[in-house]
Amino acid sequence: MADLSSNFIGIKSPNPFWLASAPPTDKKYNVERAFEAGWGGVVWKTLGAEGPPIVNVNGPRYGAIWGADRRLLGLNNIELITDRPLEVNLREIKEVKRKWKDRALVISLMVPCEEDHWKAILKQIEDTEADGVELNFGCPHGMAERGMGSAVGQVPEYIEMVTRWVKQYSRMPCIVKLTPNVTSILPPAMAANRGGADAVSLINTIKSITNVDLDHFSPFPMIDGKGSHGGYCGPAVKPIALNMVAEIARHEETRGLPISGIGGVTTWRDAAEFMALGAGNVQVCTAAMTYGFKIVQEMISGLSQYLDEKQMSLNDLIGRAVPNFVEWQHLNLNYVTKAQIDQDLCINCGRCYAACEDTSHQAIAMSPDRVFTVKDEECVACNLCIDVCPVDNCITMRELPKGSVDPRTGKVVGDYANWTTHPNNPMAQAAE
Amino acid sequence: MSNSPLTPGIVAGRLPAEAYVHNFGDHEPPLDRHEARVAADRCYFCHDAPCITACPTSIDIPLFIRQIATGTPEAAATTIWSQNILGGICARVCPTETLCEEACVREAAEGKPVEIGRLQRYATDVAMAKGMHPFSRDASTGKRVAVVGAGPAGLACAHRLAMHGHDVVIFERRAKAGGLNEYGIASYKATGGFAQKEVDWLLQIGGIEIRTGVELGRDISLDQLQADYDAVFLGIGLAGVNALRAVGEDLAGVRDAVDFIAELRQTEDLSRLPVGRDVVVIGGGMTAVDAAVQSKLLGAENVTIVYRRGQEKMSASGYEQDHAAQAGVRIIHNAAPVRVLGNGSAEAVEFAYTLEGPNGLVLSEETFTLKADQVFKAIGQTLKGAPEGLPVTGGKIAGPSGKVWVGGDCAAGGEDLTVTAVAEGRDAAEAIHAALAGQ
Repeated sequence: MADLSSNFIGIKSPNPFWLASAPPTDKKYNVERAFEAGWGGVVWKTLGAEGPPIVNVNGPRYGAIWGADRRLLGLNNIELITDRPLEVNLREIKEVKRKWKDRALVISLMVPCEEDHWKAILKQIEDTEADGVELNFGCPHGMAERGMGSAVGQVPEYIEMVTRWVKQYSRMPCIVKLTPNVTSILPPAMAANRGGADAVSLINTIKSITNVDLDHFSPFPMIDGKGSHGGYCGPAVKPIALNMVAEIARHEETRGLPISGIGGVTTWRDAAEFMALGAGNVQVCTAAMTYGFKIVQEMISGLSQYLDEKQMSLNDLIGRAVPNFVEWQHLNLNYVTKAQIDQDLCINCGRCYAACEDTSHQAIAMSPDRVFTVKDEECVACNLCIDVCPVDNCITMRELPKGSVDPRTGKVVGDYANWTTHPNNPMAQAAE
Repeated sequence: MSNSPLTPGIVAGRLPAEAYVHNFGDHEPPLDRHEARVAADRCYFCHDAPCITACPTSIDIPLFIRQIATGTPEAAATTIWSQNILGGICARVCPTETLCEEACVREAAEGKPVEIGRLQRYATDVAMAKGMHPFSRDASTGKRVAVVGAGPAGLACAHRLAMHGHDVVIFERRAKAGGLNEYGIASYKATGGFAQKEVDWLLQIGGIEIRTGVELGRDISLDQLQADYDAVFLGIGLAGVNALRAVGEDLAGVRDAVDFIAELRQTEDLSRLPVGRDVVVIGGGMTAVDAAVQSKLLGAENVTIVYRRGQEKMSASGYEQDHAAQAGVRIIHNAAPVRVLGNGSAEAVEFAYTLEGPNGLVLSEETFTLKADQVFKAIGQTLKGAPEGLPVTGGKIAGPSGKVWVGGDCAAGGEDLTVTAVAEGRDAAEAIHAALAGQ
């Protein structure tokens, strides 16, 4: 079994799987169940400033989208930060940390953008012996309207300012949680970096309406005939999160800034992908909310097996795919592939044909007895047939060897060449 | 109640009263809303889907399943009925395992097809329960069409003609409409009087009159119909049955399976329907299976189907054969009856094993005898009562000719299935409509 023990900005945990700040980490009872199930760490659900507790709606808090068989693909929520008294949370955090010393316990914080507020809350949490803090600059609903959460995360200057306060008034490791509700994730990440953050975590949820109640004409979740936007998460947001993580991981100014990867992590494979694109660990929420805490066991066994098979350590995996995340202009235009259909695996559904014939390049032939074959002279290798095929590995891409002729273009497959030197590019540099 | 499965002879009430309710309940219970959604999610929405090709009525199956999956079973029912107005009964009786579900790509992929038949039943049940009949009549054409036979072919033909604005009179020799749906299929496939409910539902289109107890050749003649109507459709089925041509066939206790099934279907209280202790069914088709299984369900101790050829030649599907085996019916292959033994009434049947030779099937020297106080003949139906002068090929009417169209089991071409009859009736209606429009 590969060693999965993790050291993320000095915070140690037996594995890199943490529960994200969210309903599953709102109280001792849940967190202890998570630790019993094997989670490496938790980020305790966001604490607010001292005073009257937050109130939540008393109707539905979640909306969802589903795939076939009602598999939950995306979840949104309009729940606010913890609605329990601060002292109760602090007492429970202390109790849990004392009992589970080997697990990571980070406290998520969200207080108004005033120095005194941050100073006060940091002083209060220091006594809990928690391992670090995560600044919630991400929640896009409810708290943002009050000038917190994503309202801070959308203004790099605020991120930098608050991060500085936190580093000034606390010795705890500080993770800045970023909102994806921005045009580019880089300025917020750079601001956190400048402010002295030990790490960033991303993504927080995406502003969303999951569906509309077509009887009451209200967005869902519907509260008394009205709906508000929520924060979207779950498997559906993973591609967005992966890209943002990778952008931070490769940018020269933020390269090396530790990243806690969040966004639709559901299986060990998702976790490994986040880590390959630069995340030092991952945080999970929706998968646990969908299936319960036991899923971490599959994540642990799966990641261990993968690392063993690849003969890699956990650290070898982190960032391994980052150098291969390049801009489009650097992709090899002389890499030519053609789809090929394995007739033994093909179940003759014809979805590849419909997709290609109706919406793409008319590169799949259908015989009267329903045999589907690729027309190399038409195939642009777009991959759509593979994406719509219900059978894994039935359609694959075959690379044309260098020197062979692409029947579509009639051109010989040549050496690496990209757009920067392409003759059609008016900005092309002359090839050396 | 003193009788039991062990009581000798052909007697009623072999089982406790509640057993009949259980035994003749819904053979394959309907899907509920959740089950239907789960089943519908498995459909891949294939291009030019093989299931459509395999359906004799060419129902757009991927479309109706998608309509179920998106919460509109009513729209799904409309899709089904547009092609097959008897989609409700077909969902129950179609041998889907040899039609749409055999062609389903998930049968190829996993050996588990999408449950098309059950989904079709779900959609049509939901829509019928809502009282939906999503068709209306065109303006009256003033044309009148006679339909002979109120079975699946005749009903499908009549409905389509009525939609096109023609006035239809259906002549039916039996007391009720429905044909084999009402008289010829196993009771547990169409529970709750479904066949009659579907006929009533179909007639909502209007413009169709059914005259029962009227038999072609006895009460009416084809010549007269041709004189009185603008067109005639014959869907008279196969009213004759093949004879065993074995000694002892006339002994008491020897009976046509179709008569037994019809009587069973018309019996309100099945505890009053007599059945033998040792039942032998001769044949290899659906009728044989339906007679055998229902004999068992009525409480017969031993029920054996004997078929003269090998298992692979049986026209009952593998699914039906399994169903019979599960019900406790024994199936013997490659044996043909030599004589029915008995004194006044049947006591046993002597069989000879058969051999497949260059000149066809021959009886071997080796014989065996099965106890049998009841013997059902299920060795095929034949055309009977067809009007003189119509072209006949392969024992079936070849049509159309002149003003006469033909469809269903009595017509040449196509398998003898409810769904095929519906397709032929529908298509004949379209042909009649085209012909009448051209006049």
